[in-house]
Amino acid sequence: MKTDFVHTQAAHCENGVTTNLLSSAGATSLTEPLVFGIGSGLFFIYIPFMKVNKGPAFAYRTMPGLIFKRTCKALGIPVVRKKFSSREQAQQFLEKCIEAGQPVGCQVGVYFLSYFPKEYRFHFNAHNLIVYGKEGDDYLISDPIMEGVTKLSSYELERVRFAKGAMAPRGQLYYPKEKKIITHEQIRDAIKKGVKRNIRDMLHIPGPIAGVSGIRYTGNRIKKWRDNLGLQKAGLYLAQLVRMQEEIGTGGGGFRYIYAAFLQQSYAYHPNELLLDVSKKFTRAGDLWRNAAVQAAGIYKGRLTKQEDFNVMGDILFEIADIEKAAFQDLAKMKWSS
Amino acid sequence: MKKENIPQDRSALAKLTKELSYATDESGNYVTALSNGWEIKAEALDIAWDDIKHRIAEAKTKVERKEASPILFFMELRLMDIGIVAGYTGFWKWQIKRHMKPTVFQKLSDKKLQKYADTFNVSLTELKTMNVDED
Repeated sequence: MKTDFVHTQAAHCENGVTTNLLSSAGATSLTEPLVFGIGSGLFFIYIPFMKVNKGPAFAYRTMPGLIFKRTCKALGIPVVRKKFSSREQAQQFLEKCIEAGQPVGCQVGVYFLSYFPKEYRFHFNAHNLIVYGKEGDDYLISDPIMEGVTKLSSYELERVRFAKGAMAPRGQLYYPKEKKIITHEQIRDAIKKGVKRNIRDMLHIPGPIAGVSGIRYTGNRIKKWRDNLGLQKAGLYLAQLVRMQEEIGTGGGGFRYIYAAFLQQSYAYHPNELLLDVSKKFTRAGDLWRNAAVQAAGIYKGRLTKQEDFNVMGDILFEIADIEKAAFQDLAKMKWSS
Repeated sequence: MKKENIPQDRSALAKLTKELSYATDESGNYVTALSNGWEIKAEALDIAWDDIKHRIAEAKTKVERKEASPILFFMELRLMDIGIVAGYTGFWKWQIKRHMKPTVFQKLSDKKLQKYADTFNVSLTELKTMNVDED
């Protein structure tokens, strides 16, 4: 049993699942960057009081689930999303979808994901993959971060769908309710909406920890980490900052490069030179995030130990905050064609 | 980042797949290309694992000194925290904290211990003795 589905690799799991599910439902002109931008995926938050794997919690992108939800909403695509309390019901529902030829997005935990290398298997419960068929006892799996497709036995799939802990997936699955052809105009409007919401999220969330001010706040905190935490713990925290910069893929610039690509692709829908200029700013921000990661590595590998080195790290984050702030302010001034 | 600067270093993920990256070509347009991994990121992951191994060793010493029950050791070994153990076993967090005391652990029924054993993917004997392959 196999549904009509084409696997395309993506840099990020939720972008990939969204793009692949929507293209198999007829929205073939969508790309990963478009989905990321329409879903207002770019974000930053540092939650000092929340711990992930005993380190501080950072996120460089919006909350899990939102990219799919917002993209579908902006394009007028109705969505089915379900959680289950019973494992049997969760499996039966999935089987029914596959039989009806519907590929399905699933939220899963990574810890028991058998095809992942051990080094990557933490209790992270917001990974996304698509189930697109079944052969015997094996489900056919499209994990968007992989070059090719793979398989999971029904036991293995059930285990990751019912992983426990923070953000437990509870068998959650989702898919677009109907096939739809998406028009050029719809994408154009969705881009505008996505950019505006992203301006709000990055510039106007009150409090110091989210958006552009969160980047600056993190820079300030890092400068104090050497004295407050000691070198070893500060190193661990910085390693966490680097590991969260991108879950997988995108070469260290995290989601900034994807957003830069999004603005470039948006030019085809809104021919305004400003988009191309701002795209360059995000490329610059991505490059600086890479530099910040290199500096952080110097500290956690023990090559850099002075307060001065922590100051350099903090200053890079200040510079990034300034660039991203200016970039979103530019976008806020943009005159949209429609 | 320019396309030719996409890192091609080591990564544990390389056993499974290359990673898709976004970078610019000669004319500044964004394209995608595959990356084998980035040393900086691999090192960050190494540091995280060093810390985990350190915590596992520390937990083991604590159990041997009778300052904690094997539940602490297995929780660290399986990268869990009390919330995750609670999710898998169905116990409350305060119960788990109690079960982490060696004196309380001694008196736990096999039925309760089995829940922990299942959660940590070990046998009852392994749970009690901590005699288990740590890899």
